[in-house]
Amino acid sequence: MLLNELAIEQVAEITAVKARGRQRRRLLDLGFIPGTKIKALRKSPLGEPVAYLVKGTVLALRKEEAELIEIRRLENE
Amino acid sequence: MNKSAESIALNLIRRNFNIKNDDNKPLIALAGNPNTGKSTIFNGLTGLRQHTGNWPGKTVNRAEGYYRYKGREFLLIDLPGTYSLLANSTEELIARDFICFARPDITLVVADATNLERNLNLALQVLELSTNTVLVMNLMDEAERKGIKIDVKKLESCLQIPVIPAVARDGKGLEEIKKTCYRIIREGIKFKGIQMSYSREIEEKIAGLIPVLQRNLTFLEDKINWRWLALRLLEGDKTILYSISTYFPVYREAVNIIQKGDVQLDGVN
Ligand SMILES: Nc1nc2c(ncn2[C@@H]2O[C@H](COP(=O)(O)OP(=O)(O)OP(=O)(O)O)[C@@H](O)[C@H]2O)c(=O)[nH]1
Ligand SMILES: [Mg+2]
Repeated sequence: MLLNELAIEQVAEITAVKARGRQRRRLLDLGFIPGTKIKALRKSPLGEPVAYLVKGTVLALRKEEAELIEIRRLENE
Repeated sequence: MNKSAESIALNLIRRNFNIKNDDNKPLIALAGNPNTGKSTIFNGLTGLRQHTGNWPGKTVNRAEGYYRYKGREFLLIDLPGTYSLLANSTEELIARDFICFARPDITLVVADATNLERNLNLALQVLELSTNTVLVMNLMDEAERKGIKIDVKKLESCLQIPVIPAVARDGKGLEEIKKTCYRIIREGIKFKGIQMSYSREIEEKIAGLIPVLQRNLTFLEDKINWRWLALRLLEGDKTILYSISTYFPVYREAVNIIQKGDVQLDGVN
């Protein structure tokens, strides 16, 4: 499953980052690191970017970026 | 170059960042993730002795000020908050170029004590660029409230730089920051600073690239961190070449040739 498929309010664990090169480095720097828990918080009015909670910080990703992140859905606590 | 020629050359580069420092005050930069208390520390240290504007040619706020401690004046610059130093945005480009080219005498990395992992990522990137770094562990009150305990001594020995706990909003830690910076400057203290090592393949590439760069960019001599520059180029970061030609116009031609017009500077204005 890819991050862009995660519905609002759902939580997941990042399993892989498929981006390469500088884009990969950027996503890792932002905290999108395999093994990290992530929650989809809200969509902007146009559907993207989507705001995610990751490592204690809210960050917005565009669809093309979210598509590069593989996740595994977790049950909401 | 002798000492005074060196400081004239450095002052010229710093002028690109609108720093006029003819009386050679020690220059301290505040860096860190967004919202970690950099400006609170800046205001706490400088009080009213500050002025604000924009970074030259950019629409990003810039604040500069100074403070006095034990009869000595220190120049302070508040850098934009960033998660990384990789020049992915204008803010990151400003912070990176400032630390890389204006070479502050001390960079204070302000970290959020409630979110160490995220904040140490940036601290390590700053350390890779400059070991004249001090870590300010801010928001210690929030950390305490959340039951987070931070072993400052252990962190110091891991990072091999000073770590100062702070609650900037209450002015706690400011005295220690002033004292530490004063000592570093007065005694000329240099820190080792933990350095990342990479896989053998990458380390071999770095070792191979450094002499090539040094041969071709002789003018940069000790004005740049060669290992760091090699890493950026291996990573495919062309913004660093663009910046070199900005701050060292003598290389404008050379850099143009390297870039052969294929440089992507999207998002960098
Ligand atoms: N609880 C607590 N709040 C603090 C502390 N230091 C700063 N703050 C608050 O944190 C918020 C952000 O502080 P700033 O100084 O604006 O942070 P900054 O790093 O300059 O933020 P950017 O410039 O946006 O990157 C403000 O509301 C401050 O009052 C602290 O030690 N404890
Ligand atoms: Mg600020």
